[in-house]
Amino acid sequence: MNLTIEQNDTLTWHLACQASDVPEDGGVCALIEGRQVAIFNFARRVEWYATDNECPHRQQMALSRGMIGSQGGEPKVACPFHKKTFSLQTGKCLSDEEYGINTYAVKVENGLVYVAL
Amino acid sequence: MNTNKTKRIVVVGNGMVGYKFCEKLLSRIESQAESHFDYQVTVFGEEPRAAYDRVHLSSYFEGKSADDLLLAPVSWYEENAISLYLSDPVVAIDREARTVRSHHGHVVDYDYLVLATGSGAFVPPISGVEKEGVFVYRTIEDLEMMDLYAKRARKGAVIGGGLLGLEAAKALLDLGMFEAHVVEFAPRLMPRQIDAAGSDLLKNQLEELGLHVHLSKSTREITGEDCIDGLQFEDGEKLDVDMLVISAGIRPRDELARHAGLETHPRGGIVVNERLQTTDPAIYAIGECALAHHMIYGLVAPGYEMADVVVTQLMGGEKDFKPYDMSTKLKLIGVDVASFGDPFIEEPACRTIRYENKAKGVYKRINISEDGKHLLGGILIGDAEQYNMLLQACKNKTILPPDAEDLILGLRGGEEAGAGVMSLPDEALICSCEAITKQMLCHEVEVNGQTTIETLKKSTKACTGCGGCTPLVKDLIQGVMKAQGLYVRNIICEHFDYSRQELLDLVKMNDLRTYNTVLDKFGTGDGCETCKPVVASLLASLWNENVLEKGRAPVQDSNDRFLANLQKGGTYSVVPRIPGGEITPEKLIVIGAVAQKYGLYTKITGGQRIDMFGAHLGDLPAIWEELIAAGFESGHAYGKALRTVKSCVGTTWCRYGVQDAVSFAVRVENRYKGLRSPHKLKSAVSGCTRECAEAQSKDFGIIATEKGWNLYVCGNGGTKPQHAQLLATDVDDETCIKLIDRFLMFYIKTAEPLMRTAPWLNKMEGGITYLKAVVVGDVLGIAEELEREIQALINVYECEWKKVVETPELRKQFTHFVNAPAKKDPTIAFEELRGQKRAKEWA
Repeated sequence: MNLTIEQNDTLTWHLACQASDVPEDGGVCALIEGRQVAIFNFARRVEWYATDNECPHRQQMALSRGMIGSQGGEPKVACPFHKKTFSLQTGKCLSDEEYGINTYAVKVENGLVYVAL
Repeated sequence: MNTNKTKRIVVVGNGMVGYKFCEKLLSRIESQAESHFDYQVTVFGEEPRAAYDRVHLSSYFEGKSADDLLLAPVSWYEENAISLYLSDPVVAIDREARTVRSHHGHVVDYDYLVLATGSGAFVPPISGVEKEGVFVYRTIEDLEMMDLYAKRARKGAVIGGGLLGLEAAKALLDLGMFEAHVVEFAPRLMPRQIDAAGSDLLKNQLEELGLHVHLSKSTREITGEDCIDGLQFEDGEKLDVDMLVISAGIRPRDELARHAGLETHPRGGIVVNERLQTTDPAIYAIGECALAHHMIYGLVAPGYEMADVVVTQLMGGEKDFKPYDMSTKLKLIGVDVASFGDPFIEEPACRTIRYENKAKGVYKRINISEDGKHLLGGILIGDAEQYNMLLQACKNKTILPPDAEDLILGLRGGEEAGAGVMSLPDEALICSCEAITKQMLCHEVEVNGQTTIETLKKSTKACTGCGGCTPLVKDLIQGVMKAQGLYVRNIICEHFDYSRQELLDLVKMNDLRTYNTVLDKFGTGDGCETCKPVVASLLASLWNENVLEKGRAPVQDSNDRFLANLQKGGTYSVVPRIPGGEITPEKLIVIGAVAQKYGLYTKITGGQRIDMFGAHLGDLPAIWEELIAAGFESGHAYGKALRTVKSCVGTTWCRYGVQDAVSFAVRVENRYKGLRSPHKLKSAVSGCTRECAEAQSKDFGIIATEKGWNLYVCGNGGTKPQHAQLLATDVDDETCIKLIDRFLMFYIKTAEPLMRTAPWLNKMEGGITYLKAVVVGDVLGIAEELEREIQALINVYECEWKKVVETPELRKQFTHFVNAPAKKDPTIAFEELRGQKRAKEWA
């Protein structure tokens, strides 16, 4: 699994949704450039994260529906299918090192959520 | 040999053992990364595909594909720099030049040659074996040919009633033969593994399953023109069949070795010494082609052990191949058969204990040493649950309990017989496929903290072969953890240093209603997928407020999150409540119409209702809108909550009924619907003692008597079924409800997360007697409080789907794409199945 993010100069910010569309301490899925991206509003930590929506374990488009939380301080999301958990910061799978997901930069400006692809 | 340069290893044969050799070699090289070993591995295989699981060959006819059976894909060999030649058998060995030449003319140098050529089917010289419709059962190609031919065959037979022959007979049944026969020369089935009494019982069992068994039958001729049309036996009898599988034994593939001048046995097999070297020390033979200790080891476990012996030597270690235990356990056409140690030893050389129950189809035999101290061997048919334990007791010579019959008769109202897995010695082999001992597993659990089957599988490879050791490994994990005192206090997770019961009391006393307030007051950190559903569940059990309101939606578990059951592929299933299983024709039509409109797969559930599968997330509110308009309510199939109250028709129609079971079931289901609990709750009401509603398998079950109802509690199905126990007899409607009220609330308040009523009762000190004292006798003086609490929950019940349908803010959460609400997830795909659809298989 390739976890490297492209260089900054090739990234483009895409408008995903309104900040109020994303439940506090929960996630939604946005369709950006044909890609399914999970966006998380980690309100408890006042942080936003974006990752692939697909869980690599069984290739299910489901991570945005997963529960978020922390493991020893590291923010994570648990896939609702079989509870594989992934770091929201690095995309590394915390429960099974075979897997990993891409993470994306997110910013919130004027109540709008943008994701960099 | 020059130790400085790369060692060239050539493996002839890419079967299970040949593959295991490569796997073990690579993992050993990896773990010795610092060493100076450098290997170049070349593998030649005769078959067109890479090594596959021949042990489970018959699963090909149960729908597994040839790819499913592969032990590793071709890419695995590439990734590990192994040169793999398929459909290219080695045809000659030049021992002088140390080269092999393949059928396609590849010539490869070797420093070490490993022969893993396996075996072929032994075909006895019966006249007519060349006819069309006569097969052997050995490779996937054999299976493919059988599959093709079976389409025009109706009656099939197998010659050979051994282990493989019975597997082949199963294949005939799977292929849809109208008649399947097994013809065995010996007077009993599986003559190498089981005795006459065991064979009699197995024969009965197999005949009940539709197989015809002929013993002491010798075949003279296979009749027919070009195609087989029958078998002519020596005793003059004839059997009409149009397909035949010959499974009369195996013949080691030793021809290559013989032509190379290596010693082979006149009856087959490449002769090897204890180090598995042939008469040329640079050439090894492993698996079914090798004759070690004067025998051919026709099972996979000793083959794997042979691979390990050779790998160890090539890596510079020393290891001999010891005579290997040929104990075996398998499921033949649904019947468990196991044989271990010396199954045939007779008195007076030992004491034999036999148990036979023809009605149940169970036969067990154990042979015990004369002094009664050790187990020597035995046979299990129909029920082989104790196989692993017995095998270990036999191999490790553990001292037996004074009443040795407990070993096969099991628990008879007392402590566990003999010894559990924890009493085995450290060197006991738990996983025989991968040669993993108890000590190795304990070390992983204790020192490396691998406390789940999944992580242990990864770190040790235990349970990855036949899987037969899985229950034993589970017991071992629990045993080690218990010994370490890890179960002393059941705190919820790293975020809450409380048990569920403690936290429930705190939340109640402090009148907390949301996850975040509970976390702020009693927890640390940000929560996780363990504590969130626990807190969500106890908030629902305490206040019964809509689970999706007040920021509670993201803390719900996968199914509760969208009030539907998340299924394979990402769609959901929908179950409307049908109280007591009673439904009008009009409502049935509505379900049919809704399912048709939204393209849903429908199935009747075990709980007397109808499940509709394959609903897109975005369709759920519209589906429910229609169902609610027709008078349906949520069935809470997605929740740890009351599911169904099943019923039989009772006095309303049944000529035996003594009470109106349906009416009472409807009342009970409507009373407790929406009640959330530590785990799901199931119930049933039967109208008489015949118990058609199966109430004794439920969390609370009600059975009619002439005078009223008998109330049973804490029954569960599931992995470990348990019958419910009697709580009260001959009670009237009102008393029955009152007792259920108290029982349910007591369970909700005291059980651990995800603990069903049966294990809850099992853990309760004093068991059913104590539970009766609390619920019926009110020794704690809490009965009134329990009744009041549950009544409060019942008073505020509302259908949560109705609320969602009517509330725009809740409804809008049900979309897949936040920025394209009308668009469905394009990755969702279905397959066709019997005129409906099903979820696409995992990739």
